[in-house]
Parts: sequence; structure tokens; C-alpha cells
Amino acid sequence: MTYGQALNSALTVAMEKDPSVFVMGIGVDDHKAIFGSTRGLVERFGRERVFDTPIAEGAMTGVAIGAALAGMKPVHIHIRADFLYLAMDQLLNLAAKWNYMFGGQMSVPMVVCSVVGRGWGQGAQHSQSLQSFFMHVPGIKVVMPTTPYDAKGMLLSSIFDPNPVVMIEHRLLYDITGEVPEGYYEFPFRKTVVRKEGNDLTLVANSYMVVECLKAAEYLEEQGISVEIVDPVSLVPLDEETILNSVRKTGKLLIADMGWTTCGVSAEIAALVAEKAFDALKSPIRRMGNEHVPCPVSKPLEKAFYPEAKKIVTVVCEMLGCDVPQGEIPVLATKFKGPF
Amino acid sequence: MNSTVLTSDELNQETLSRLYQAMLKIRLAEEKIAEIYPSDKIQSPIHLCIGQEAISAGVCLALGPQDHIYGTYRGHGLYIARGGNLRKLFAELYGKDTGCTRGKGGSMHVVAPEVGLMGCSAIVASTIPVATGDALASALQGRVRVVASVFGDGAVDEGVFFESVNFAVLKKLPILYICENNNYAVHSRVSDRHKQTELSRYGESLGLEGKRFEGNDAWVVYLAVKGAVEKIRSGGEPMLLEFTTYRIYEHVGPGRDHQELYREHEKLDDALKNDPLLKIKSALAKKFGVTEESFGNWDKNFRKEVDEAVDFAEQSPFPESSGLHDDLYKERNGYHDLWPGA
Repeated sequence: MTYGQALNSALTVAMEKDPSVFVMGIGVDDHKAIFGSTRGLVERFGRERVFDTPIAEGAMTGVAIGAALAGMKPVHIHIRADFLYLAMDQLLNLAAKWNYMFGGQMSVPMVVCSVVGRGWGQGAQHSQSLQSFFMHVPGIKVVMPTTPYDAKGMLLSSIFDPNPVVMIEHRLLYDITGEVPEGYYEFPFRKTVVRKEGNDLTLVANSYMVVECLKAAEYLEEQGISVEIVDPVSLVPLDEETILNSVRKTGKLLIADMGWTTCGVSAEIAALVAEKAFDALKSPIRRMGNEHVPCPVSKPLEKAFYPEAKKIVTVVCEMLGCDVPQGEIPVLATKFKGPF
Repeated sequence: MNSTVLTSDELNQETLSRLYQAMLKIRLAEEKIAEIYPSDKIQSPIHLCIGQEAISAGVCLALGPQDHIYGTYRGHGLYIARGGNLRKLFAELYGKDTGCTRGKGGSMHVVAPEVGLMGCSAIVASTIPVATGDALASALQGRVRVVASVFGDGAVDEGVFFESVNFAVLKKLPILYICENNNYAVHSRVSDRHKQTELSRYGESLGLEGKRFEGNDAWVVYLAVKGAVEKIRSGGEPMLLEFTTYRIYEHVGPGRDHQELYREHEKLDDALKNDPLLKIKSALAKKFGVTEESFGNWDKNFRKEVDEAVDFAEQSPFPESSGLHDDLYKERNGYHDLWPGA
């Protein structure tokens, strides 16, 4: 099953299980069905529970909050994460604060799904990955499922969690396939997954960056270098121990996040390790993320902008003090060819 | 000014008395807040609604017990008129553990979900979409309640007002938008912010019926809201009611700033003469022969209730600092441990 189908399965299972679950968002009911993740939901559950919205991210986020307060479980889908900037007031001033600010009397069980784009000229406003913004503000849970298994289980946990959850997905993950159980299951919050075990260096990566890191690791393995890939699927709440334990084992840490490094998730994880496992570090922590500019469109510029397997291999070799391999370093093959 | 009301209810003593008492309770509570404030016992920005009580009273009395209300940082009036616990209000202002949010929200975030006051927010207009979502839930649940979204004239400046109205009209949601137009967004007049100063017309092009009323007459407010709520409850379209009023106190704080240049002094003079309490008091006395003794008793009883609430607040404990992190997230019940690999 693909990642997109896994999300579709989660929505179907949740809506069957609980009549208070509904799905809203721009395009959720159209023929493209959010890259397939909402395919067939209108036919199955009707237009009252699966509906398109006006292009009004601010108010529609508030609508989801209000519906959640009044007993519903909304799933608000944004086909492009960049548009979430328009929803920040509602998400961060209201959803994140409602339970705390009102003394725990009313919580906001809503899920905001957002898809990050990359490649084929998505450009400055179709490519942003906003996890650090949400991670910074207390009161919102933030998850970034990587595999189809994570995607279905994490969406189900998020829908049935009594708190607001922002789920950040990646367009390039939508076509990857993996084992996905039928029916209801959950992927727990506060879970960091070790994607690949290794001894020489810890690579913390999330979402699509895990795919690039796995590719890099496969190549490095052939060179006799063994990296451990650690994926904090749930950024808030964060399972710190799995990250710290890996660093304690390897003594070296490289963080590859999908966002910018400045004040980003990579900065947070670096700080976490510096505070709690400094004695285990054998060399300075390194970070990789987007270059500190808006995402450009032209292919060579776009290539320079993003971290990818080749760059990861190079940095790992620098950190381990070994020569950067001269051979062909793989570039990830993807089915995605644009336009969107 | 549209002063014809939406229903033809006869003026009746019981409702009029209740409106008066709600307004009186708000007035006395807020005067007490202003009196205490300089002592620094209340450390939370207070936005008093003295002069605007008729709207809170009229709105709250016209709604049914199942209905929900969302308000703003100027929320004491709604809280009191809706029947929120006065002791918890004062305790909240004092930052005490017995407050209506246990010291987490303060004056700008009073709440009483047990009586349907679902939330008040300090970000202008921000509860308008939330109220709209509550109305969407009501629609999905079988139109079980009407939702009242109460906001000031500053809120119609914000984009989410229009976005919310558009959605509510599109989906024919059971929501009533109520604009308390006191003419000032902080210190900025409506006419300095809008060419179109008749705010009830703001939803017109979106298909939202709007009406403007005299907001210092609690009876007018009550009838307008009651009529609109009845229409909406029986399947009618959302509506916008604008109530003109005047804020007697400063935007934030315990004082009056009548000397400041932003005030239109003619309007201020009118407002001081057009006190919503005096208006209803006079109707009760003239039409129903309510005696000075009765008014005096109400006054005495509410003062006593306010004093008791202050005592309660003063004697209540502060929250333990160990509770700082409490309620950031709600703990989940049910559907546990379903993940086989967890």
C-alpha cells in the first residue's frame, strides 16, 4: 500500500468508527483527492462529512477548532503546507492555548494535515516544511510520519487524541509503498524509530529526509561505514531517549531536517544532545537543512538548496575523518515528476 | 437606526426585571473591579463594559440554556449575564486557584462552559470563526443549538470576520453574529477605519442579513436577539445584529479617559445620559410601579454578593507553582494500546 493509500485507509477507518470524524479542506472532494488520500470518501460518507472549503485558511482553521470544542473530530487537510502561515493565529493563539488557558475544561481534538512539496520547481511558496514553527509553541502536537505504516497509524492516533495535532506529510512520500495492517491500529505519540542500526554515527532525520538518509547509508555501508538512522516521527511530544541512546552509542551526531537549520528542529535536537549527552560526543554536532534562502525554482539552484543523499555522504565522511568516496553517489529515484 | 424589533412581544415586567438585574450585577461587579484595581490585587488587564451592559444582558437572556456563546477580552458582562459564578470570576481576576480557569486565563479569558460561555479571546475577531465551527458542529449534530458570536466593532476590520460569515451563510449555519459597536477599536473611531460605517451591512454582499439597533436599550437588544434566535433555531439563515453603544471607561484599565481627544464628546455626553440601567429602571418604575425599595433591595443584594465574591477571592489560595505545566494537553481516555508494536 502507498503512503497516500495508507492515509486514505486511516480516514476511512476513523470515519467508520466514529461519526464525529469529518474531513474538510480545499480540494478534499475533487477528482485529484489530495494525491489520492481522500479518494472515495465523499461517495462513502457524504458531502456533510467530506467537504471542500472556501480559500480561507484562517477562518476555516477556527471553524475546525469550534467544531472540535463542540464534540466533533475534524481533520483539516492542506494540500500545501505553505498555506498554514495563514492559519497561524488560529492554530497558535487559539487551538494551542484553549485547553491550558481555560484551565483544562475544554480541549481541541483536531488534526491539521499538511503536505510539503519538493522538486520540479515547486518554488518559494510550495515547498516549506513548518515543523519548527509548531514545535516552538506549547500546546500543539507535531508529527511527521515517514512510512505508510506510520502514516496510517499516526493519523489514527492523531484523530483520536483529544488535542490539536499538526501532521506534516511529504509529497514525495505519497508514492512509496510499505506494509500496512488492515483496520484500526495506532502509531503512538512520543515515539522515535530507529530506521537502521549502526555504530559509527547517528543520523537524526525525519519524513522525506529519512529516505535520502537511507540511500546515503546504503552507499556508506558499501564503503564500510555504518550509520544509525533515528527518526523522531513524533516531534511533540518527543521521545528524547532513543535519540540520546543512539548518540551515546555512536558518539557522533548529524541532524538532517526538512526545514531551515536556523532555530529549526535540527537546532532543537542539537541543543537537546548538547545538554543531555555532551559527554558522549566525540566530535562537534553537525546539521543539515535547507540553505538559508527561499526555495528557488531553477534546477541547479534547487539542487544546491536541498540536502540530499550525496551531501549527506560527504558530511558523514568529513565527520568520520575519512575520504569522500570518489565513485558515483546515488541520487534518489522518485516517481514524482511534477507538476504538483 | 432600525429600532423596530423582530418580534412583537409585549413589554413584560418579569423579563424587564431580569434584564435590569443582570445589568445591575455587571455594573456593580465592574465598579468593584475598578475600585480594587489600583491596589494591585488584580494583576490582569481589565476591559470593562460599563455603559455597554444592555447588550450582554439582552443577548444572554434571549438565548436558550443549550445555546453557546463566544466572546472577547471584554467578557465580564457576558460571563455575569449568562450566569457564570461570580466568586469564580473574582477569584480568577485575583489569579487564584479557585478562579474560573484556575488562574490560567485571567480577565481576558473568562469562561463558563457549564452555562454555555465557551470562550473569550484577546485576539480581536479570533472567536468568530471558532463560534462558526461550533455552529457547524451543531448543524452536523442535528441543529441542536444556536451559537452567538459576540464581538466589537474592531472585529469587522479583520479578515476572519468575512471568511467566517461567508462560510456560515454558504452552509446556512445556526449562528448569530452580534457586533457591539462602541465606536472605538482601542482609540480609533469606526469612521477612521471604514468608509462604510454601518457595520450591520458588512455581510450584505455575502448574503448575510444585518440589522442595526440601539444597543443601550436592553429590551430592544433582548427582542432583537430573541427574534433572530427563534428564526435561526427553526432553520433560518445566519444573521448579523449590530448594537450601537458607548464605552464609558477607558479601553483597558480601571479609569475614565473622557478628556482624551479620541473621544467624540457629544457622543459621550449622550451616552452618560443614555445609561442603559437608568433606561430600564425608569420603564420598570413608570410602567410597572416598581418601587425605590425594590431597586434598593436589588442593589443591596448584589453589593452583598459582590462583596462575598471579593472575600472569596481574597481568601482563596494561589495555584501551586507545581501546577504550571498542568493542562497543556488533555489526557486521553479510551482506544489505548492498540498499536501492537508499541
